[in-house]
Amino acid sequence: MRDDDKPAGFGFETRAVHAGAAPDPTTGARTTPIYQTTAFVFDDVDHAASLFNLQTYGYIYSRLTNPTVSVLEERVSALEGGRGATACASGHAAQMLAFFAFMEPGAEFLASTKLYGGSITQFGRSFKKFDWNVIFVDPDDPENFRRALTPKCRAIFVESLANPGGVVTDLEPVAQIAHAAGIPLLVDNTLASPYLCRPIEWGADIVIHSTTKFLSGHGNSMGGVVVDSGKFDWSQNDKFRSLTEPEPAYHGLRFHETFGDLAYTVAGHALGLRDLGATMAPLNAFLTITGIETLALRMERHCANALAVAQFLEAHPMVKWVSYAGLPSNRYHALAKKYLPKGAGSVFTFGVKGGYEAGVKLVEGCELLSHLANLGDTRSLIIHPASTTHRQLTEEQQIVAGAGPDVVRLSIGIESAADIIADLDQALRQAG
Amino acid sequence: MDHNSYSDQYLRSILASVKTIAMVGASPHWNRPSYFAMKYLQGKGFRVIPVNPRAAGETILGERVYADLAEISEPVDMVDIFRNSEAAGAIVDEAIRIGAKIVWMQLGVRNDAAAARAESAGLRVVMNRCPKIEYSRLHGELAWSGINTGIISSKRQKRVPR
Repeated sequence: MRDDDKPAGFGFETRAVHAGAAPDPTTGARTTPIYQTTAFVFDDVDHAASLFNLQTYGYIYSRLTNPTVSVLEERVSALEGGRGATACASGHAAQMLAFFAFMEPGAEFLASTKLYGGSITQFGRSFKKFDWNVIFVDPDDPENFRRALTPKCRAIFVESLANPGGVVTDLEPVAQIAHAAGIPLLVDNTLASPYLCRPIEWGADIVIHSTTKFLSGHGNSMGGVVVDSGKFDWSQNDKFRSLTEPEPAYHGLRFHETFGDLAYTVAGHALGLRDLGATMAPLNAFLTITGIETLALRMERHCANALAVAQFLEAHPMVKWVSYAGLPSNRYHALAKKYLPKGAGSVFTFGVKGGYEAGVKLVEGCELLSHLANLGDTRSLIIHPASTTHRQLTEEQQIVAGAGPDVVRLSIGIESAADIIADLDQALRQAG
Repeated sequence: MDHNSYSDQYLRSILASVKTIAMVGASPHWNRPSYFAMKYLQGKGFRVIPVNPRAAGETILGERVYADLAEISEPVDMVDIFRNSEAAGAIVDEAIRIGAKIVWMQLGVRNDAAAARAESAGLRVVMNRCPKIEYSRLHGELAWSGINTGIISSKRQKRVPR
């Protein structure tokens, strides 16, 4: 990280409030305006040509870039310690965009077996339609990634804190394995948020978020973002031709040569958003920017409440087990202390006695916790993954992903901890 | 002088002091990085004089191309080097001879020995950076592309000419 790329001396909370946003040059508006416009006028034909050739900076069309969305991009990039970012319509769009910049038909990548079920489905099934082939690897021993590498591998993909099982990935050795193979490490940092973990500091090259979760924070906006560290050398081998070879759609421009450490982010917009079209709406960007301003405050309360709820559940007679990396009894506790020193997040699972039936009864019995498929909301949320988010998986895949039949997932909000605990207690009694 | 990292203040004062840039390695081909940089810097009001022996006598973006720095008859404030790190050494020595005040080596170009010679001759040096990227970063335009500029300010930005 070059010093001048970091807001010099500015702390995390200051960057969360300010990075990317300046008073509007025209009106002086202090809050970022919602630029609800599809297109932007050209000064003249030469200006238009310079913009289309990527020779100057400016807005053309909101599918590619938009002033409200670019504030969000710079803000998340500043929080993660990245060089640049590309925002898009959802976390799934972000995963597609992240790979689109460098994958090609026939290429492979390694991914953790313990990813969010929706990611396993996207990688294992939909990516196949592009002939991008995933090899799933148990992340608990980082050496498993080295053993699984093939000459066609183009990346390793993990979650810093996995959904829903509370699995913490040992990022540092996985990054070293990726770099020794000349490929980047991609880390989904959605559940941790940059307040709890900054994967680039541990060697990650690209960080992905579903901004729908803790960044937006209020359960009101879909979104995703891909942050580039700017540190990966795409020209070190011949694996990343779409960034190093002449790009026919831009008259033979070579992205890495022309844009240096900005290349991946420029390509994310000029190739990824241009052709995949999964653009973030300006209103969603505005709501997410506003949410991020309070990220540090919310994450502190999320983590404190989650720990209190996990401790309560661990002692509850209806509960078989609790998988929260913040508990000393948890197998990932040591990794959580290393990578998530400020708290192990607020999404975790527990096993209810009575299996599938009791799990269903429990989620239906809650009065304060909401039964829905999001997480990272101010509101506490509960879901039974086997009957909902992970139902597309086989039972074997469900168990590997920490979403077996007795598993209940919580996303603990920022309400009064005593009220969350009381609601879970009454619902557990009904389920038993 | 630490050439791993430059303060915003150092880069700002350099860019503010420069009017005429000699761009060594300027390409007549519109899809080359040097052409991008030249066109952008012209748009921001800099005079950019292209230097390229293979294109000497031709015109790039309205400017006559010179074979070498010594051929340029007018004063040059800054020499911007679009050549490899090794070739940059001799160009830096020429920049010192013609009285340039600043030597700027592009992204990926770094020659510490040449930088030391330039600095002992009183020149200021930037290496492994692009003046287009740094100008746009310091003036808020780079942020339009989702790039982390590192700039935080509560002041209303002034629009820069394009």
